[in-house]
Amino acid sequence: MSAVTAEHDHDDHHHDDHAHGPEKGWLRWVVTTNHKDIGTLYLVFALAMFFVGGTMAMIIRAELFEPGMQFVDPQFFNSMTTMHALVMVFGAVMPAFVGLANWMVPMMIGAPDMALPRMNNMSFWLLVAGILLLASTLFMEGGAPAGGWTLYPPLVLQTGKALPFAIFSVHLLGISSIMGAINIVATILNMRAPAMSLMKMPMFVWTWLITGFLLIAIMPVFAGAVTMLLTDKFFHTSFFDAAGGGDPVLYQHIFWFFGHPEVYVMILPTFGVASTIIPVFARKPLFGYSSMVYATAAIAFLAFIVWAHHMFTVGMPISGELYFMYATMLIAIPTGVKVFNWTATMWKGAMTFETPMLFSISFVVLFTLGGFTGLMMSIAPADFQYHDSYFIVAHFHYTLVPASIFMIMAAGYYWMPKWTGHMYNEKIGQLHFWLSAISVNILFFPQHFLGLAGMPRRIPDYAIQFSDWNMISSIGGFIFGASQLLFLYIVVDTIKGGTGEKVTDEVWEDAHKHGLEWTLPSPVPYHTFSTPPTVIPCDHD
Amino acid sequence: MSTNNAYYIPHKATWPVMATAGLLTTLVGFANYLNGSSIGSPLMMLGFAIFIVMVAGWFTLQSTESESGMYNHGVGISYRMGMMWFIFSEVMFFAVFFGTLWYTRNLSVPWLGGEGAKAATKAILWTNYTAVWPTNGPGNVGGHFEPMGAFGLPFINTLLLLSSGVTCTWAHHGLLAKKRDQLIKGLIATVSLGFLFVLCQAFEYHEAYTEMGLTLGSGIYGSTFFMLTGFHGFHVCVGAIILSVVLFRSAKGHFTPENHFAFEAAAWYWHFVDVVWLGLFVFVYLM
Repeated sequence: MSAVTAEHDHDDHHHDDHAHGPEKGWLRWVVTTNHKDIGTLYLVFALAMFFVGGTMAMIIRAELFEPGMQFVDPQFFNSMTTMHALVMVFGAVMPAFVGLANWMVPMMIGAPDMALPRMNNMSFWLLVAGILLLASTLFMEGGAPAGGWTLYPPLVLQTGKALPFAIFSVHLLGISSIMGAINIVATILNMRAPAMSLMKMPMFVWTWLITGFLLIAIMPVFAGAVTMLLTDKFFHTSFFDAAGGGDPVLYQHIFWFFGHPEVYVMILPTFGVASTIIPVFARKPLFGYSSMVYATAAIAFLAFIVWAHHMFTVGMPISGELYFMYATMLIAIPTGVKVFNWTATMWKGAMTFETPMLFSISFVVLFTLGGFTGLMMSIAPADFQYHDSYFIVAHFHYTLVPASIFMIMAAGYYWMPKWTGHMYNEKIGQLHFWLSAISVNILFFPQHFLGLAGMPRRIPDYAIQFSDWNMISSIGGFIFGASQLLFLYIVVDTIKGGTGEKVTDEVWEDAHKHGLEWTLPSPVPYHTFSTPPTVIPCDHD
Repeated sequence: MSTNNAYYIPHKATWPVMATAGLLTTLVGFANYLNGSSIGSPLMMLGFAIFIVMVAGWFTLQSTESESGMYNHGVGISYRMGMMWFIFSEVMFFAVFFGTLWYTRNLSVPWLGGEGAKAATKAILWTNYTAVWPTNGPGNVGGHFEPMGAFGLPFINTLLLLSSGVTCTWAHHGLLAKKRDQLIKGLIATVSLGFLFVLCQAFEYHEAYTEMGLTLGSGIYGSTFFMLTGFHGFHVCVGAIILSVVLFRSAKGHFTPENHFAFEAAAWYWHFVDVVWLGLFVFVYLM
């Protein structure tokens, strides 16, 4: 770590801030319009939901520890797989990235706040309302939804009292996401400091601009799909009922038109965080900045034209199978560009291995592994063998846990000193990293073998030959789950003062060359950039 | 409107929290109603009441702030971007239902009739079904019905909405030319045509239900017909209400040729609803 630099001019432009400090008392958090407050709310909420969803995962792994029925009944087990997915996707990963966007985008582009601060408040509280509705279904007659997070009819229509609550929860989460995305897109397009041209924006901002576009395009599609579920169940429509001329497969098409871009909503900001952290600790500018931008845009475009690779075994015409197979394989090209760029950024860099960098390097390796298994399944005839097996479970967990979740945590370690003004405990951080990185592989790697051996997903019991790898996977799961308590400890400890070390404004050596946020004081004042900065760090040309 | 002052950032927000409370209460009420619980309807009403109060309060706050010159050029651009992206999200919402209509008409209904590789479907499951459109499926779901023709009320509605688009633009020209009278007259005409459209649609629905046997339960034809036209009608109502607010503000002397975001947003929304109707008229009624 390095000395304080004296060049920054932040003291000049926050002289009028004292007039508008935060509200007093707890009400501050309810009525706030401040992007940093709302970012904090999102991040704290996401962390809480990470542990709620994680508890569900622990229940799943406990039940699967041995063959036979141990702890829960099958209906509840299925509720757990369904709710684990919904809570993690809509309650943990997406809100965490919105929280990071709220905190960082205005600071990265030199804006005083988000473009639409009141709507920012509303998107957060709608998220809480949506998750409350979803969580309430756990306590209803007939149990929480248990047909999988994809909510396929006709199975999902057998849900008990929970069905309308789950559907309305999707509506609220959708409105929340659309509002959040509109806000981020408007902020990026309208609030940049004059010197911040589009191609000077940090990669994290670029990935969020494109993610915001994806969200605005797909959340209404999901809302439409679940609305038709609602009318099929309660208002006699026949959208997904062949007797009336409808088609249950239609739901799958609509769902995955939403669902495939949705997985990129969770991975593009992940790429953005990696592209932010790796250059700082490699002490080199990001390799191939403009190709990163174009690759992100290409991935977003492809996201809309590959959805039916989730449905290879549903009985599509052969021309559909072939088209979706080849289109899906194309995604490997822009993704490969990104992986090579990160690697090239590290090549011959003066690297140090602080916790955020450790997480980032393991992200590059493990995400690539998850990408390769995706490529395997894009081959339609091969997918007939893996479909709905533990292979797919292993695949998407590799792209979500050691990718999205790891990079959210890396972002936490990377920016927490800036947010709080305190340094986290590096030793515990590294312990957290090694425990997580090793256990996540013990947890998910054996699931590839289970899937290839034929173990179906979403089952509470299994044939005896799957016992060993399931037990190993569960042990990895318990270690991984327990390790995350270290992260909770670090977050709380850092907020309360961390190591006691006073962090400099740039925190990481020469970080001010990489982003505007490091030119601001640590901790960041309540309001920043009431006048736009004139000098833009530009490390990527 | 001043363009030199700083970007306006409100320092606390109470209406958004109230909006969330209103939405949550309404939906909890609706879900309970669907589950047959007696607290459903009262909860829904309560939530809706909270929502109405919120809309009134939030609109008033925004218009007061706007009229007192608190929004600079940058704020205006943010609002316009917000509205444009919101309309884009609405386009995607309607795309789902148009897509459903396209998929069922061109793919799944012919498959049910045994087309292409799906001959077994007909041979094994629905031997007596011949794929035609309109259809209520091989199960004759909802019983016999007559499809809605294009040249009756729907055609009149097309004329109504198209002329409302013209009067809306005429009002906009009035606003830009500082002809307050033309602005107000144009808006009155637009709002009236909008509500007249909704009235005609109510008659059309009444006729469908009472005389033609066409209901939401009439298989895939009834489902797509009422879902598409119903959501559109709901959007016409919302647009007409927003335009009424704009009319009310115009009568109070709000808006200048430079500062009239609310008018623009309402007009964009109205034209969007208009275009959706043209799509409906072609794909639902004509074809």
